Amino acid sequence: MKYSIFSLARAALSGHKNWQRTWRDATPKDRYDVVIIGGGGHGLATAWFLASEYGIRNVAVLEKGWIGSGNAGRNTTIIRSNYGLPGNTGFYELSMKLWERMEQDLNYNSMVSQRGVINLYHSDAQRDAYARRGNTMRINGIDSELLDLAAVKKMMPFLNFDDARFPVQGGLLQRRGGTARHDAVVWGYAHAASELGVDIIQNCEVTGFVRDANGKVTGVGTSRGKIGAGKVGMAVAGSSSRVASMAGLRLPIESHVLQAFVSEAIKPLIPNVITFGAGHFYVSQSDKGGLVFGGDIDGYNSYAQRGNMPVMEDVCEGGMALMPMIGRVRLLRQWGGIMDMSMDGSPIIDKTPVDGLYLNAGWCYGGFKATPGSGFVFAHLLARDESHAEAARFRLDRFRSGAMIDEKGQGAQPNLH
Amino acid sequence: MRITCPFCGERELGEFTYLGDAKPVRPVAGASEDEVFDYVYLRDNVAGVMSENWYHGGGCRAWLKVTRNTLTHEISAVEPAAGAGAAKVGA
Ligand SMILES: Cc1cc2nc3c(=O)[nH]c(=O)nc-3n(C[C@H](O)[C@H](O)[C@H](O)COP(=O)(O)OP(=O)(O)OC[C@H]3O[C@@H](n4cnc5c(N)ncnc54)[C@H](O)[C@@H]3O)c2cc1C
Ligand SMILES: [Zn+2]
Repeated sequence: MKYSIFSLARAALSGHKNWQRTWRDATPKDRYDVVIIGGGGHGLATAWFLASEYGIRNVAVLEKGWIGSGNAGRNTTIIRSNYGLPGNTGFYELSMKLWERMEQDLNYNSMVSQRGVINLYHSDAQRDAYARRGNTMRINGIDSELLDLAAVKKMMPFLNFDDARFPVQGGLLQRRGGTARHDAVVWGYAHAASELGVDIIQNCEVTGFVRDANGKVTGVGTSRGKIGAGKVGMAVAGSSSRVASMAGLRLPIESHVLQAFVSEAIKPLIPNVITFGAGHFYVSQSDKGGLVFGGDIDGYNSYAQRGNMPVMEDVCEGGMALMPMIGRVRLLRQWGGIMDMSMDGSPIIDKTPVDGLYLNAGWCYGGFKATPGSGFVFAHLLARDESHAEAARFRLDRFRSGAMIDEKGQGAQPNLH
Repeated sequence: MRITCPFCGERELGEFTYLGDAKPVRPVAGASEDEVFDYVYLRDNVAGVMSENWYHGGGCRAWLKVTRNTLTHEISAVEPAAGAGAAKVGA
């Protein structure tokens, strides 16, 4: 169905009782041209671009739970393209451009809100690093502004400007950055892909791979039986090592937990997305009024989808250092998600050494902003068997060859990225 | 999560620092490129019981080998790691 002002009016007049299902909950067929494992944002976006951009419509997305039950529905919804390294800069901008037309492309309101993202700096060295990053962005045609203290004070007068240890000196602002409604992103891709014939199959866990005599992957074993496939693409976020191990692969990835927090709703306070560069705290305000915030990962391997107290304490301290006036606001909810922390902090989108199996992994805690871009370039790889130009550096063998994309300069230590 | 240090007793997680999977063994001099690549970059990334290295920086400053379930966070054993910590136990 097509959403419009008329469909909205019609549904309103009938008491919102006659909305149609937004996507078909399909039962598996025997065989598909492409099977995508993982019904998160990335898997669904891949399916949509396969169908809409590359004309491959005999596609299934297999999700072990319900679509969006993974990180797609657990993240803090920040989107931006303020990356400085070759490989990242162009890719995240491709993604940002797709965010800017997503609602028109999908005919779905994903509430993309370009409210601006500001990274605060607290030292001369940090200012220089941000200036360099901002210049890299501008050279590549991406908007960025380096704000001085006066400009930050004008924009966010409520920040703590008297912090003796980490005084705010200014910030790097990307006005086109912001947030999007994460569940609606998933539902939007499901809606649009389903309209083009893609089968979205929930409660269908992939439990193994079907391989021919040459070792080529020709299908998947699932909790709902075997499903044949011309090609299989993995987009399973925090479960990449587990799924890859069923094909005998070991990956340069560790799974770690990241927590997120939401406060009770308050009146509009924070106009944008703010990151506190000194303490790794970031915050925005949801349209319902809750403060949505987070910080560091917990720092140890985990598949538990829940975190621990020391990080909660650390994140709240970061928030208090930046905005002491939120100290009386009550915390409403907290949860954790499991992320693929790659060895250099950057994603992997590549063929695997196993014929017929393709990998989309290692998004660390920055993969929500990548959702449309990731789907676009992964669909390109699956359709054409070669990397899209903007994802050409996201190679699986870059760790062996030394062509790492280490945006943070932390080395092969996943819990530091 | 709380860790029971064999030297200090049960302490809160914030006193400890994680170093990761205890299984990879640093290759000896003259190891092949493959072995070094494996050691530095590839991980089993166990979903289940895993043996890990932790450092008790907020306490006795010993290195510990912790057996923990990555699916539940449940800790089943904590021992001094080989080296200085282990030597202390005998003392
Ligand atoms: C707390 C938190 C905050 C974050 N904040 C941000 C942010 O502000 N901005 C940002 O850009 N990024 C953020 N991220 C990161 C971002 O959410 C992820 O990188 C991104 O969502 C990963 O891609 P995905 O949406 O496809 O993954 P997921 O939604 O996790 O999709 C993977 C799916 O695969 C399914 N699956 C796994 N194994 C199998 C199997 N065997 N068979 C079938 N299905 C399977 C899972 O159930 C899951 O639904 C955050 C992450 C967390 C946890
Ligand atoms: Zn101790």
